Amino acid sequence: MKNTSKIVAGLFSVAMLFTSCNNSDSSTKSNGALSSSAAEKVYVAPGEHDEFYAFISGGFSGQLAVYGLPSGRLFKVIPVFSVDAEKAYGFNEETKPMLNTSHGFIPWDDAHHPDISQTAGELDGRYVYINGNNTPRIAKIDLTTFETTEIIEIPNSAGNHSSSYVTENTEYVVAGTRFGVPVPQRDISIKEYKGNFKGALSFIKVDQEDGGMEIDFQILMPGFDYDKAHPGRGDSHGWFFFTTYNTEEAHTLLEVNASQNDKDFIAAVNWQKIAEYVKNGGGKKMPANYAHNVYDEHTHSATSTMKKEVLVVDPTEVPGAFYFLPTPKSPHGCDVDPSGEYIVGSGKLSADVTVHSFSKMIKAIEDKKFAGEAYGIPILDFEAIHAGSVKQAGLGPLHTEFDGKGYGYTTFFISSEVVKWKLGTWEVIDRKPTYYSVGHLMIPGGNSRKPFGKYALAMNKITKDRYLPTGPEVTQSAQLYDITGEKMELLLDFPTIGEPHYAAGIPADMIKGKSKKLYKLEDNKHPYAALSDADTKVVRDGNTVHIYMTMIRSHFSPDNIEGVKVGDKVYFHVTNLEQDYDVPHGVSIIGANTSELLIMPGQTETFAWEPKQVGVWPFYCTDFCSALHQEMQGYVRVSPKSSNIELSWSLGEDDEDEDEE
Amino acid sequence: MKRSRIIMIIGALLPLGLFIFPLWNITLEAPQYPIPLGMNIYINDFADANPHDIKNINIMNHYVGMKYIPDAIPEFKIFPAGILISSFIGLIIGFKLNFKWFLGWFILMITLSLAGMYDFYLWEHDYGHNLDPKAIMKFTNADGTVMGFQPPLFGTRDILNFKAHSYPRFGALFLALGMGLSFLSYFIGKKESRQRVAT
Ligand SMILES: [Cu+2]
Repeated sequence: MKNTSKIVAGLFSVAMLFTSCNNSDSSTKSNGALSSSAAEKVYVAPGEHDEFYAFISGGFSGQLAVYGLPSGRLFKVIPVFSVDAEKAYGFNEETKPMLNTSHGFIPWDDAHHPDISQTAGELDGRYVYINGNNTPRIAKIDLTTFETTEIIEIPNSAGNHSSSYVTENTEYVVAGTRFGVPVPQRDISIKEYKGNFKGALSFIKVDQEDGGMEIDFQILMPGFDYDKAHPGRGDSHGWFFFTTYNTEEAHTLLEVNASQNDKDFIAAVNWQKIAEYVKNGGGKKMPANYAHNVYDEHTHSATSTMKKEVLVVDPTEVPGAFYFLPTPKSPHGCDVDPSGEYIVGSGKLSADVTVHSFSKMIKAIEDKKFAGEAYGIPILDFEAIHAGSVKQAGLGPLHTEFDGKGYGYTTFFISSEVVKWKLGTWEVIDRKPTYYSVGHLMIPGGNSRKPFGKYALAMNKITKDRYLPTGPEVTQSAQLYDITGEKMELLLDFPTIGEPHYAAGIPADMIKGKSKKLYKLEDNKHPYAALSDADTKVVRDGNTVHIYMTMIRSHFSPDNIEGVKVGDKVYFHVTNLEQDYDVPHGVSIIGANTSELLIMPGQTETFAWEPKQVGVWPFYCTDFCSALHQEMQGYVRVSPKSSNIELSWSLGEDDEDEDEE
Repeated sequence: MKRSRIIMIIGALLPLGLFIFPLWNITLEAPQYPIPLGMNIYINDFADANPHDIKNINIMNHYVGMKYIPDAIPEFKIFPAGILISSFIGLIIGFKLNFKWFLGWFILMITLSLAGMYDFYLWEHDYGHNLDPKAIMKFTNADGTVMGFQPPLFGTRDILNFKAHSYPRFGALFLALGMGLSFLSYFIGKKESRQRVAT
């Protein structure tokens, strides 16, 4: 008995030895030179999911791309402001109204700054808002369907660039103008710019139920160029900050003439005060003309409404709501740290990053420390509000995000690098090159109260030799850095669509469970839906023919149609009867002067076809849906205009039992 | 009331659980169905395990010529009536009749259940073998006979690219427990009657 216990005790101590050995082993491993393998950190095994979604704007592609991080894999390109023949966006009858504007149908725009909706200053993962820069618009993307479901045009604005940032509880999406323009637009000499042109800052109220947008008010600011913006948070909640350049109000050769002032401004706007003012009847209504386009998930169709009026606010009439914070050298990025205390202005023609203090700003306002005024708006004294500067950090600072651990990460376009610095001491902690000419960067939640400070994603404008060459036009890129350590580590370099201006990231777990798998057929309220084979029909109305068609593995119903004539306008209204995940079908017919349809389960879409030639013309399923996908096809017989063949349609009828004249 | 009667009465009531819980479940697994397709069989309904499963089983099965799973079968009327009547009989027995009847009810239930299983087997066999002659895909066994797609009555079986599982569900447990209790109540009743004779 005693012997056994001795043996047990002996074994136990040997085991202890082994465990302690193991412990010391693993601790040296985690600190050792071989501790980190970049490949391992970005490897997401087949079938596994990424930790974060990244919504990366496509810039001049007009779209928004959905990537996974850390792998950099592309999942989806969401068409927003540009037509997409693949998805029939802007081509089918249902989505054409989405791209309607006061200038008519516009098939393209320049999509810049996605921002995820927030609640209490934290990402809530309901919607992404993004701005169209060229013909000013703001779009809403629903994160249950990953589709664009609303677009509102912004009147009195041009170059919608300091957009589309949400306030702490998504009370507002904010859209600022880059170009000063005459308000209202009129025939006036360009030389009369100074004093006559305005810069409108638009506050778009968000419906808390469905994320819907409506312009609450527009502030007609002096005609500077409003470049970037961010909302306050915490104590500074209720304020919005916009960087300006061209405070010189030049209208020609801006590269020189708008770079003369030693300091431009960050405009601090107390939107809560203005909302209050407007609520009490302040501001004045002015005639306007802008489109508001809304996509309905049940009719699977968009409607476009022209709005005829907008409420404008003259900043001089709301004292105490507007201040200018002098900021060196044409600041671009305007970023607020997670606490809401620091307002970071990146003077893009400077070597320093300038940081203002919100509490000092409030004090300076109380103490009336003004350095003058511009168009009736007080300019605060620089020294009184200045919190500090990150000195000689690099060349051409553009944009800053935060990791929530007390550090800022600023991109430098000219010196092509990301610089990590410490809030409060303003010392530079680390710098890493980018390849090349970085614009913005993104830390998931990095512009909110609660950043997820694990990765930073830098978006580059130029790649030159970084990838296999593809002729004169080469890809732009994103680069992923691990920011969990003292020093940043470049992990991955991946190509992007269009030009990645900005991105928004969010932990995948916050939204992936809410992603819809299909549209319920019983909820389909499309006016031309055929919800079962029994509803299929072909109806003539003069020269217009409506085909109510269904599709399900692996046939169309009907799949034989006769009685269509040259000169008819034929609408294929096609309903996908599938109710299974990931079973879309597509359809098109020879000679259709439009894109295919790509129809999700439970959805109805429509394309128009104007047959110009007599014949028998096939249509087929364009998405490999099943083992019998190649059999999923049909014919439309097109007869001469003079023919009197009646419309007929069928599915699965055997040969030649119908007679015709 | 005597213990045996109480147990018999509970036993007679338990099969009513079949009105709440499914009797049986058939699940089809395949690589492209990370969430498998499934059908819960109630005494009065075929129900989707996940939304639209039966529709999607039908779409799969039509390729090999299997008929659509019907919305309703005559059994959906017969089975509920059978359960109600036998529970009612069980209650009368439990309250009024002598313990020997407890065994009688047990035997009745065994017989009915076996008949039900046999009926289910016949339906399954027809479903798996009575194929549309114009089936899109026809498969033959190694011996040249036409391949059937009958899911197992109980257990797991590979059918082409699917793995089919067929197992009882909660409702069946209620039924079995009810029958078990009636069997038990017979023995307890017997013991009780002997005790009474002895005293
Ligand atoms: Cu198809």
